Amino acid sequence: MFIRMILGALFRQKGKMLMIALTVALGTSLASAMLNVMLDVGNKVNQELKTYGANINVLPQGALLLSDLYGVEQMPDSPDMYLSEEDMIKVKTIFWAHNIVDFTPHLDANATIDGGENTVKVTGTWFQKQLSLPTGEELETGIRQMRSWWAVTGEWLTDDDGGGALIGVAVAEQYGLAVGDEFTLDVQGSSRRFTVRGIVDAGDDEDAQIFIALATMQELTNKAGLISSFEVSALTTPDNDLARRATANPRSLSAREHETWYCTAYVSSICYQIDEVIPDGVAKAIRQVAESEGTILEKTQLLMLLITILSLLGAALGISNLISASVMDRSAEIGLLKALGAHDIPLSWLVLLEILLVGLVGGVVGYFAGLGFAQIIGQTVFGSSIAAAPMVIPLLSVLVMLVIIIGSFPSLRYLLSLRPAEVLHGR
Amino acid sequence: MPQMLLELKEITKSYGALDALKDVSFDVEQGEWLAIMGPSGSGKTTMMNIIGCMDKPSQGTVLLDGRDISQESARSLTTIRRDSIGLIFQQFHLINYLTAVENVMVAQYYHSLPDEAEALDALKRVGLEERARHLPNQLSGGEQQRVCIARALINRPQLILADEPTGNLDEANELKVLELLRELHQEGRTVIVVTHDPEVAQQARRTIVLEHGRVHEIRDNALAHQA
Repeated sequence: MFIRMILGALFRQKGKMLMIALTVALGTSLASAMLNVMLDVGNKVNQELKTYGANINVLPQGALLLSDLYGVEQMPDSPDMYLSEEDMIKVKTIFWAHNIVDFTPHLDANATIDGGENTVKVTGTWFQKQLSLPTGEELETGIRQMRSWWAVTGEWLTDDDGGGALIGVAVAEQYGLAVGDEFTLDVQGSSRRFTVRGIVDAGDDEDAQIFIALATMQELTNKAGLISSFEVSALTTPDNDLARRATANPRSLSAREHETWYCTAYVSSICYQIDEVIPDGVAKAIRQVAESEGTILEKTQLLMLLITILSLLGAALGISNLISASVMDRSAEIGLLKALGAHDIPLSWLVLLEILLVGLVGGVVGYFAGLGFAQIIGQTVFGSSIAAAPMVIPLLSVLVMLVIIIGSFPSLRYLLSLRPAEVLHGR
Repeated sequence: MPQMLLELKEITKSYGALDALKDVSFDVEQGEWLAIMGPSGSGKTTMMNIIGCMDKPSQGTVLLDGRDISQESARSLTTIRRDSIGLIFQQFHLINYLTAVENVMVAQYYHSLPDEAEALDALKRVGLEERARHLPNQLSGGEQQRVCIARALINRPQLILADEPTGNLDEANELKVLELLRELHQEGRTVIVVTHDPEVAQQARRTIVLEHGRVHEIRDNALAHQA
């Protein structure tokens, strides 16, 4: 009979029950959308931030020592001032390999143009390199991906273009060069003619540089297979106290803390892992970039968290109000059941189970609708889809149940305090 | 000596300064048909609530089958009501999303175990076997009242308590309902009908007339029936 009463209430009061289910669905969809967006916003913002350049620089130990300790800018030409190009690819084998979005090498040297006296910094690099990684993965990386903000007049260079160069806008102005013009570079005793393929407006020191293909630069400088440094763009987690302690001294951490730190994508733990695979190199976080990214990420996540909490509160209030109104509406029925001999606990179960069943239907519909809303938000704001986080399902189930139970509590208490005489006879 | 089912001794029910009932005393025998009559505000409904274990008197004693129910807790009163009293309401009070037979079975469910065949028998007895699967809004007022009567008698209560059972019915349905109450009385059930209608009250063996919360008159209708 209990089931017949519940089914009767559910199926013969479709309008009322649909209204409750719809309210629960709306509330749940809002919560589901916001939770999914909140949980994925870190990745999304992080990816957005990766378009603004590298956050890790890897230098040879010797060069770093001279630079940090002695402030030497002009490095001597010795083997420990270079890294192996082949080794660099190992960054895609570390524990956080999937967080390494892009990386590109630099082989720097000073050169003169057309026999002039002033030197210009020339950098050999990858522009858009197709790589086959040891893991079997294919990767396209290079400076083109890592300098998305560069405004290039003309065209980008390709990695197999041995006679082409990208020149900074300051170089172009100083030497009166335009796209298509030719010039001669004298690098460490070697000369070669280059054609200007494009002029770069980077908005920083790179405007005064010339960029050529890495292989050409290695050939010119007689540094086959060597690079001066490489920069890495990695998806990272904002630093916390643990990460800051680890940065200061990784040995100060306990074994458990070390494991937590190592298995979290802090910029310091990624640097540590790069150091493990590049024995001659030292990975250094570009603090300004890493910290700015961390701050933006933290603020965005905090903002999303607040919006999510407010959405959940709004949804909870809506659900709670409708449930209260619906339960109050049944005071005559509850009074009658009491008059017929129903005690408080079976009555509470009856009302609560009905609402929970309707809430379950509304919750399931709302969850999937929320996924849809999350995709709309993802496409509109980030231009990509939002990943459905599995943890949202249990989280949302508990939240909806709690909201329904808490929302029902005041009205249930009111119903249980009802005396049949008051409801049935107005006394 | 007749056995008393209900004994009310100096019952007073006060709502603040207002006494809805004042020093009301009377007895109801087992198997008796009693009418409680009076104008609006005379205390009829308050009396029905107290007899029906839906309210407690402010003062006085109510004995139901020898048990003092005036001091019982709300939970105990619910159990007594479930086990001993069948309620019939002027407004029928059927659950609108349950069919006629399910409305009868609800009373069984909270009393013992629902038995659909027995519930159908009860509906058959009130002439509604064909309407057993209809919802209340598909039934006429008279039919709804008969479902209410079937629900009241399904658990074989000692006392059937009817509040204005014909108040919302046309004449034909009023006669049917009164006939059903008469049958129940003839079977030996104790029936108390609260009404303001003298014609309905006249069907009972005795009528207690309330006015301003006091017993104004006790009429023995047996003489009228004989006449």
